[in-house]
Amino acid sequence: MIGVRGSEMSALFGFAERQLYVYKRYWVWEVVWLFYSIVSVLSIGFLASGLGSLGAGGGSFDLRKAQLYLLIGALLWGYLSLVFMEAAYAIAWERWEGTIEYTFMAPVRRMTHLMGICLFAIVYGLARTFIVLLVAVAIFEIDFSHADIAGALIVLAASMAPLVGLAILTSVLPLLSPQKGEQMSFAVQGFMLLVSGVYYPLTVLPWPLQAAGFVSPLTYALAGMRSSLLQGSTMADQLPTVGILLGMGAVLIPIGFAVFTWAERRAKRLGLLKRSG
Amino acid sequence: MSMPAIEIQGVTKAFRHRERQSGAPLWRRAWKEKVALHELDLKVEPGGVTGILGPNGSGKSTLIRILGTLLTPDAGTAKVFGCDVVTDALQVRRHVNRVSVEAAFFKELSPWENMIYASRLYGNTSRGTRRRVVEILKMLGLPEDVIDQPMKELSRGQQQKVAIARSFLTAPSLLLMDEPTTGLDPRSKKEVQAVLERLRAEREITVLLCTHDMDEAAALCDRVLMLDGGRLLADASPDQLCAQHGAATLEDVFMHLSGKTLETEEVIL
Repeated sequence: MIGVRGSEMSALFGFAERQLYVYKRYWVWEVVWLFYSIVSVLSIGFLASGLGSLGAGGGSFDLRKAQLYLLIGALLWGYLSLVFMEAAYAIAWERWEGTIEYTFMAPVRRMTHLMGICLFAIVYGLARTFIVLLVAVAIFEIDFSHADIAGALIVLAASMAPLVGLAILTSVLPLLSPQKGEQMSFAVQGFMLLVSGVYYPLTVLPWPLQAAGFVSPLTYALAGMRSSLLQGSTMADQLPTVGILLGMGAVLIPIGFAVFTWAERRAKRLGLLKRSG
Repeated sequence: MSMPAIEIQGVTKAFRHRERQSGAPLWRRAWKEKVALHELDLKVEPGGVTGILGPNGSGKSTLIRILGTLLTPDAGTAKVFGCDVVTDALQVRRHVNRVSVEAAFFKELSPWENMIYASRLYGNTSRGTRRRVVEILKMLGLPEDVIDQPMKELSRGQQQKVAIARSFLTAPSLLLMDEPTTGLDPRSKKEVQAVLERLRAEREITVLLCTHDMDEAAALCDRVLMLDGGRLLADASPDQLCAQHGAATLEDVFMHLSGKTLETEEVIL
């Protein structure tokens, strides 16, 4: 007999393992998605290369730097959006499979449930992004000799905290609206792409969007990683960014769980778990 | 004195939805309420099989969902082995498992992958699980080679047996069975019923069985509850019910009490 903590750990691993089994079954589609990710990143890289032939290479414009700036944005966005959507989509997907009632009546804390999904998404996202990175480095001969990899990794690790909080908040949507909640996850993802400075600095945005970008954790994650990869900012330099990201995580994760708990109670009161719409 | 497996006091559950009456403006929608359970009182002692009979919309599945912590009652209290389904839901879930009419699985995954997942959710490690899964599936009459096939390639009957096997794997104290044999061919139905009989004889488990099958209820249940419109019509053993109402079958008893047949179609809750 294992204790409550062991039981929760077993369940945490169970959620991650289940995702692994699902991905193994859908491996052909995962290859297709990987191909799509590579194509997306390469398109951005070639877009940057094309800027030179469009006459953008003159003056103080550093084409090489611009290419790296965009490639880092594309790679990171691919990774962060994968983690975000995996977690955000967890409830919608279980509803679609018809297993949601079984998962919700298992003796598992909701935190374990959602963290198990996030755990797999983080590991899987890292593996997939690493493959895309290798292809991008080979094709565009990216030079990371001036980069501080440790600094970039610490920002990446810290960015997981607020990202998980945001993803949990978004995963609530299918509980609130079985019919339309899932599509709203895409709307949230699209808005984050717009305001978080993935492909351009926030300064080009109108001020209301700049304000939204200012509170988006992805803005800090991207800025921090670019700083380490392009300018060689060290771990020590990144401490303020790490602090901001962890602070945002400390706020967003409890809020995410509180909202999820409220939405679960509401769904149980109104009988929304059963509906497959 | 042992603690009751189920103790329900005054449980009421209604579902509300907004509906526009014909001729009313588009924006004017009135709330409509459908009462699924009406101040239900129930006590079930541990062990044995308690059957719940009633037509669609009688509140059977609502009762099962409340006990499974998937719905919260509007009023009253429901306890499983002394734990409240609302305030102590996590503890209730440790005691309970459920088999529903639709075998809900990850269809691309195999029975083994689905069952190891379920086993982990209930705090078990993988050690010895494969052997137990094979044993349970064999007991249910499933060939061993289905264990690694995707669920979507299994027949409806085979999927339902895997659902039952999944519930056995987690060793619940209270098993909620919501029409587990509906849609099964006669042979599969008999095999599942045989397993239930064996389970009743061999294990310390309380089974709450919702069924439309009168023969199944008469053969398997120590006690039968009849529900109609969310109200309890009758509560006794199958033999006592037939004797009390001078009826030959449980269906006759239900018709005598409600004036309806069990096949009466109502709104499914």
